[in-house]
Amino acid sequence: MTAPYMQHAALAGSAIALAAGLIGYFLVLRSQVFTTDALGHVTYTGAMSGLAFAFNPLAGLFVATVAVAGGFAVLGRRARADDVVIGSTFAWVLGLGALFQHLYTTRHSSGNGRAGATYLFGSIFGISSSQAVVSAVVSLLVCAVMIVIARPLLFASLDEAVAGARRVPVRLLGAVFLVVVGVTCAQAAQAVGALLLLGLIAAPAGAAHRLTTRPAVGLALAAGLALASTWFGLLISYLVPRTPPSFAIIGVATLAYLVAFLATRRRVGNLQHI
Amino acid sequence: MMPVTAGSANPSWSWNLAADIRDMFSYPFMVNAFRAGTIVAILAAVVGWYMVLRKQTFAGHTLSVAAFPGAAAATLIGISATIGYFGFCLAAAAVIAVASRPERLRGFSAESAVVGTVQAFVLASGYLFATLYNGVLSGLNDQLFGFTFGITNDQVVTLGVVALAVLAVLAVIGRRLFFASIDGDVAGARGVGVRLLGVTFLLVLGAAAAEASQITGALLVFALLVMPAAIAQRMTARPLAGIALAVVIGVVASWAGLTMAYYTSYPSGFCITSFAFAGFIAVRRFGASA
Repeated sequence: MTAPYMQHAALAGSAIALAAGLIGYFLVLRSQVFTTDALGHVTYTGAMSGLAFAFNPLAGLFVATVAVAGGFAVLGRRARADDVVIGSTFAWVLGLGALFQHLYTTRHSSGNGRAGATYLFGSIFGISSSQAVVSAVVSLLVCAVMIVIARPLLFASLDEAVAGARRVPVRLLGAVFLVVVGVTCAQAAQAVGALLLLGLIAAPAGAAHRLTTRPAVGLALAAGLALASTWFGLLISYLVPRTPPSFAIIGVATLAYLVAFLATRRRVGNLQHI
Repeated sequence: MMPVTAGSANPSWSWNLAADIRDMFSYPFMVNAFRAGTIVAILAAVVGWYMVLRKQTFAGHTLSVAAFPGAAAATLIGISATIGYFGFCLAAAAVIAVASRPERLRGFSAESAVVGTVQAFVLASGYLFATLYNGVLSGLNDQLFGFTFGITNDQVVTLGVVALAVLAVLAVIGRRLFFASIDGDVAGARGVGVRLLGVTFLLVLGAAAAEASQITGALLVFALLVMPAAIAQRMTARPLAGIALAVVIGVVASWAGLTMAYYTSYPSGFCITSFAFAGFIAVRRFGASA
């Protein structure tokens, strides 16, 4: 367990999981999970553009994701409501990613079929020590921002009109939140990949929402579950080397959600009869 | 099966349309690509129209990607890919239908967490199966982004039969489903089985996604489901006209995309989504809001 790649994975993975849990709680609360789905796909196209046009794929991934998140933020309330716009946009962005991958693999004929899979499904065991430190710092910054804006954002998410009347800057908060989501997606894409980061964000947060309605407890629970999923996932993948780490992490997170779902099913079912 | 790429035909566009089209259709793989593309575009447009109406785009996207583990699992245990596609997509539809059942009181937010979790888990499973199978990475790419130019006659027949079956189900439940989608409470009060219709529609969506993903790949099915329907619903609010319009748009985008893919050798998924997205932008920019 003390191998350098394992330490880097644990460092980056833990910080990313904390950030993913915190923003996930708000994403589920604000019904913006689909936006995360879209941003996850953008990370792939960003990384592929970097490979296709010969600049740093991580830079491409980061810039593309934060830019699209910013675009959603500018569109504001309309973009939030209209999942058809989000869906059509990211379906095309993904097509663009397929084009970039095609350009990359045809230009570099030596076996680069691996490149696409790396960005789609992550390669947490391939993170270098400098990347791990950068991921940890950025993710902890995300956590700090989330803790600072948590109270007003919670107010704005639960009752936008009243929060606006009480002079909470609802639009600005929504925009800042989306950019933070973009940064987190870009980080998480390196750990679990463009397609699976949705699980690290949605499953722990969804479980937390089912288990408690108290916001502070829920936030802590979401972050804790994401962290535990990452640790157990890394451990499983270490003990059973044929299991890809991203599958193990998402598998544990899904299991946590399933347990929460079954444990609270009766309670939620009873609510219906009120 | 040897993947046949458009590049092997080495075509050139001459602006002599009749000759260009004759040239293109002299290759059996192009004929089959157009047959399959047309069937899939029609089915996806009709089902997608209801999906957009019911605001189930997220569920639709999740069911689309469930095709990927289906294909990967079929490759791993050595059964027909078609069984894998339909098995996984229909199973995912059933899970979403069951899991989102008690959520009506808690609103959409809890349901979207379920859908997101299902989506990430099926994709992760697909990756696991692909890893266990140990590579054949071109196979992974085909499952994700499609292999439009390698379709056999048998596959076209299967696609056609399934499409007819799904469209027949929709024809039977179409009117009631429309009623239930527009106003679930009133429809329920009038004795329409809203809950059963919802489950049936998710299964229909799963079958359509399984079908379409064999052509466009798991990641790009969603484009054929959402874009033609979104364009049509902005242009008209009338159901029958809207469905017909969505079908026309889907078929035109598929044909244009396949032709472009043939003459440029860019991935067909990129070409088809680009034409559909251009239509979507045009209608948002210039079209009257319905």
